[in-house]
This record gives sequence, structure tokens and C-alpha cells, in this order.
Amino acid sequence: MATQLLLGDEALAQGAIDAGLSAAYAYPGTPSTEITEHILRSPEARAGELICRWTTNEKTALEAALGASYAGKRAMASMKHVGLNVAADPFVNAAISGAHGGLLVNVADDPSMHSSQNEQDSRLYADLALVPCFEPSDQKEAYAVPARAFELSETYRIPVLVRLTTRLAHSRATVDVGGRRPQNPLSRPDQPERFILLPAIAKRSYERLVSLQPDFVRESEASPFNRLSKDGDRALGIVACGIAHNYLLEVTDGVPRHPVLKVGQYPLPLRDVEWLVEHCGRILVLEEGYPYVEAKLRGLPPRSIPAIHGRLTSDVPRTGELSPDAVAKAIGLGALARRATSSVPAPRPPALCPGCPHADTCKALAEVLVPRRDSARVFSDIGCYTLGALPPHGVINTCVEMGASITMAHGASEAGLRPAVALIGDSTFAHSGMTGLLDCVNAKADVTVIIVDNLTVAMTGGQRSAAENRLVSICRGLGVDETHIRVIEPHPRNHKENVAVLDEEIRYAGTSVIIAQRECIQTAKRSARRGAQGGQE
Amino acid sequence: MKRDIILAGVGGQGLLALAAVLGQAARGLGLHLKQAEVHGMAQRGGVVQSHVRFSDRPVHSDLVREGTADLVLSLEPMEALRYLPYLRPDGALVSDTRPVRNIPEYPDIDRIVAELRTVSPHRLVDAAALAEQAGSPQASNLVVLGAGLPFLGLPVEALEDAIRAVFAGRAESVIASNLRGFALGAEWTKAAS
Repeated sequence: MATQLLLGDEALAQGAIDAGLSAAYAYPGTPSTEITEHILRSPEARAGELICRWTTNEKTALEAALGASYAGKRAMASMKHVGLNVAADPFVNAAISGAHGGLLVNVADDPSMHSSQNEQDSRLYADLALVPCFEPSDQKEAYAVPARAFELSETYRIPVLVRLTTRLAHSRATVDVGGRRPQNPLSRPDQPERFILLPAIAKRSYERLVSLQPDFVRESEASPFNRLSKDGDRALGIVACGIAHNYLLEVTDGVPRHPVLKVGQYPLPLRDVEWLVEHCGRILVLEEGYPYVEAKLRGLPPRSIPAIHGRLTSDVPRTGELSPDAVAKAIGLGALARRATSSVPAPRPPALCPGCPHADTCKALAEVLVPRRDSARVFSDIGCYTLGALPPHGVINTCVEMGASITMAHGASEAGLRPAVALIGDSTFAHSGMTGLLDCVNAKADVTVIIVDNLTVAMTGGQRSAAENRLVSICRGLGVDETHIRVIEPHPRNHKENVAVLDEEIRYAGTSVIIAQRECIQTAKRSARRGAQGGQE
Repeated sequence: MKRDIILAGVGGQGLLALAAVLGQAARGLGLHLKQAEVHGMAQRGGVVQSHVRFSDRPVHSDLVREGTADLVLSLEPMEALRYLPYLRPDGALVSDTRPVRNIPEYPDIDRIVAELRTVSPHRLVDAAALAEQAGSPQASNLVVLGAGLPFLGLPVEALEDAIRAVFAGRAESVIASNLRGFALGAEWTKAAS
């Protein structure tokens, strides 16, 4: 045993390594990125004893992990909550095919949208796929979860979801780590035909999955991550899920005055929930994200006894992440004396770094669009360049989800809204822009696609971009007319020429691609520093 | 023994390095520790904050409750003001006084400083000047940490060791100027009290 100071993300990663992980695949996304970065830094990954890779997107990550599981190995895919939308197809269907080696899908939710476009709750995906879900309450549990989750996955041959939320993902605490289970040997799945999801086979597999549900409940009832304390005043019973349990302990000095069901593994432990409902006057549900447990307990009206309280009843704020203050209020503790919020501070939104190549692209684009201001629309995407929406740039009109720039520009152009410009990063283009570009080519759509290629996944800290240095050949391969694939270097010294190239391609009434290529100044600085230090990290 | 500290600043100022130093020092003393930080978009010149909590008893929450922080330590005056609601009534404020004006309408700095001065105790330090003396403008963050020394509840040796540990692998001159910056901040705060 050794003690390490680990982020929740890192504790989960280390727990997986120590539980015999063989393969980890991921697409970076806040707040999940550090799971995979921790594994990449591990001696095991460096020595080639386990596979750890950034993939093109979350779907390919989960499918690769499923393949490793098929081969008998313990594998996992990691992503942020909206990444599971991209990987929803393999996630839901892997529950039908089943796993062979233990298969974990680690998802970091971002309630309060610190760096995301929504606050969807991944527990609902576990429900949809009918598989168990773990939600550790602290870093120690994050470390302990993978061993049990892999075991559950192998016992029942199903994928298992592990849910973190921002505060646990990005908070450090000391964790005792140690002990290492060996990796699984290579092996073929039992009943290998279950991986062929033809309707006749899928129907049988689905029946099996449904029949396992009571077993999953029993596992939850026996889980060390679920705990019912019957002590205290039964006028109120509290269900505290994941990190909410810590907040509850915080505001009650470690001794809640009412019975508490701590939940860290789903489906809900029915026996404990029933005890709480039978013995307590009211129930308060404390959970990060959606009112998921609350809605389950409440069912449909009549809203009879015991009354269920939580986000749906505004005892806890309906949106946004939990805080110890919100929990204190929900259990009836008075607010503490605090200073009033000053009216003086102004918001300080993030901005493109000084010298960022995206700023030069935005500037050139803004200039080209001046005479077209009334008609032109710029459909953008997820990345640093989304900051082109803010002053001084104000150059983009949309940012919805990964890849929606090229495809929305395609639809808007065909609807008659032109010029339609798409602005997308190199990694996002690889993630889910390529298919949309193929649509444009096939439709001969009048769309100008600008790929801002900074040669990295910059926003999440500089991971390798999947299509590095192959953008021209990819666009050519997708069928974009060679003469309308233009490469520019976004730099103040090239401003005039770049404006001219953008102008020409926006005038062209077909599908054109401009690749604005210059390395991210953050990664450039870092590699310069590494170079100076002789290649040390 | 317990300390709940809010660290505040702007992306790129070296705030998370301070969080790491405090965490390292607390850990070295065998204290329980939680340290939450906001990453992601915040790196790009936006707001960066971290909650650092250490105690000889287990620490439950990753977040500090409003009205309970023992110290707000900020690398930028407007950011200091933003987080004052976390401070307990007799909690301390330590802040750099030099504004980072990377937004179009930065408020009147005199108003900001005037509000900060209503906190007692407070230490408002021109860290850049002392960092210059320490030999590196980049040591400003350590100057502010030094200025906060009386309120950190950690022995100076533990903090110095933590600075060496956190910056291990960097050039010897970087470690030296960081230690000097920390010492100059600590001297300044002694003289100011």
C-alpha cells in the first residue's frame, strides 16, 4: 500500500490499472480527460504492458474497448457526458451482445456546465441500456469501484457504467493504492454467436438482459458502495447519491440527524429504499444532475405518503450542481452569515490566447464577411475557436455539438441561406466532421468549410489529433475538388492573402475546404520547453 | 487544526501551482486534504479557482461552504472580490493588487481596493515588485503565498519543502526565485502586520 494524492479521475484510472486493466480508449473531454492522461503516464502504459490510446471519437473508443473485451481482456472507454451521446449506439447494443472480459464505460458528467453545452445525467443511459451504474462519492471509492465493476461485468457478461461528476473528477484527495490483479489472458467469448445481433439472437439476448435485472438489484443491495443508516429522527429519511453524501456529512459534522441511504451503485437497492419509505415521514433525495432517483421514488401521482422531496419540489435547485450550501438548506439548516456578493466584479470569460492562430482566422473571416453581413452565416463547432463568438471576434453564429458545423451549413445552404460557412477544428473534423463533408460533396452543396488546424486537441490540453497532417488527403479522398482545397497559414503577416483566399472560396458555388494551419501556441511553447530540457517531460 | 482556503486568479497566473504547494505541504504533515479546482475553458485567461481544505480530521466535502473560508488568497484584486462571500466573518484576505485587464470593461480599481480593505484582516500586496526583487516576474504567485503565511496554519519549512517538491524538475534558478519570492512575501507581511 502507498498513499497517493489523486484527482477523482486519476483514482478511477489507477483503480482500473490495479484491477487488471488491459486496454483503455478515450476521446478527450472535460472533465473526463485526466482518466486517460493518468493511464498514459503510468509505468504500465509506458512499458507497453497495457494499451492506452486517444481515439477518433467516443464511439470508436467504446467499440475498440468492446473488441478488447471480446478478446477476454478487461477494457474501458472514457468520455465526458455528451460523448456518451456519440457512443450511445455501441453502449446500448453492447448491453445486448454482452461483454466477455470486464468492460467499463467511464463517463464524467458536468452539472452546472462548467465546460459543456448541457448537464445531461448519464445514469439515465445506464437505465436505458439496462446495465448497472456506479457513482463513487469520493476519491477512495473512485479507486475501489473498478475492481468491483469489472467483476460485476464479468459475472453477468454486461458492460457497466461508471459515473463521475465535475467536482469529484477534478478534486484531489489522498488515496491508499496498491495490490495488483494480473491481466486476463486472451480468450474467446462463451456462446460467441451472442455478438451477432441478428434479430433472432438479439431477442434471446435481450430476454437474458431483462431477466438479469433482479440480480443487479441484489448486487446493489449487497454493494459496499450502498449503505443504509437507520439511526436518528425518522421524521425525515435522506437518499444521498454520489458526492451528495459528502456534502451531507460536511454540513452535519459527519453525523446526520436522520436515517440516510447512501447510494453509489445502481439500480437502486430496493430493500433499503423500501425500509426508508416505510419508516420515514418524508423522503429527501440529494443527487447531482437530474432528479433521477427522485422521479423513480415518486412514480406517477398520487403523491401520497411519504412525501418525496428533491429537485422536482424545489427543495434542491432544479438545475446546476449541488453544493454543501444547497444540501444544508434542503435539510433545513439555516444559512450561515456571509458577505453580500459585490456588484463590482465584471465577468471574465475565457478568451483565445494572445498569438492564437484561431484569432487570425477569425479576423480574416470577419473581414471577408463585412460586405455579406446580412446574408452570411458561420456554423461553428466545439473547440477553442468557439470563443470566436465573443468580442472582439463575434464571427460565429452557431455551436451545438461535435460535427454540427459542416452538416448545419449543408442544410442551411440547401434551404437558401448563403453564403454558408462552416468553422471546425482539426480534431473535431476527424471526430465527426468527415461524414458531413462527404454529404456536402455528394449534394454538391454550396458550403465553404474552414478547418482550423492547430495540430492538436487544444481545448482539453493538447492531445494528439487523430487526422494530424492528413487533412488535405482526407478532403481529397472524400471527393472535394482539388482546386478548392486551399491551405493557408493564419498569421498577421498573411492576413491580406488569407482574406483573398477566403473571399474566392466563399464566391465558389460548390463545396470548398480551406485548411488554416498553424500550431497551437500552447503546444508549441511546451514542445520548445521540452526540447530545451532534452526531451524530458 | 483545520483550514479552508479559496484560491482565486486568472488563467496563466500559476494559481494551480499554489494549490499543489499547499496540498503537498498539508500532505507532508499527514493532514487530511481535499483540493478541488476548475479546469477546461477556465485556462484561457478566464477565472480560475481552487478550494483547498486540510484538517487533522477527515475532510468530507470537496467544496467550501459560503461564509466558512478561513482565507481567500487571490492573485488578482477583482477575483479576490468575487470570492469574498466564501469568507467567514473574521476570515483573512490576501491579494495581489495588480489588476489583469484582459476584459473590455474592467471596473474602477479604486472601488475594488476600497471594498477589499473592508475585510479584516487583509494583506494587499504589490507582488510584481517583490517578484522582480526575487529575480523572476513569474514568482508573483509565490510572493502572494508568502504574504498569506500567517493565515495558512502551516509551518514555513513545510511550505518551502513543498515548493521544492512541486517545482522539482524545473531549472534550479526557477526553484530559487520561487523560494526567494515566497520569503520576500513572508517578510513583507510581517512588516505590514
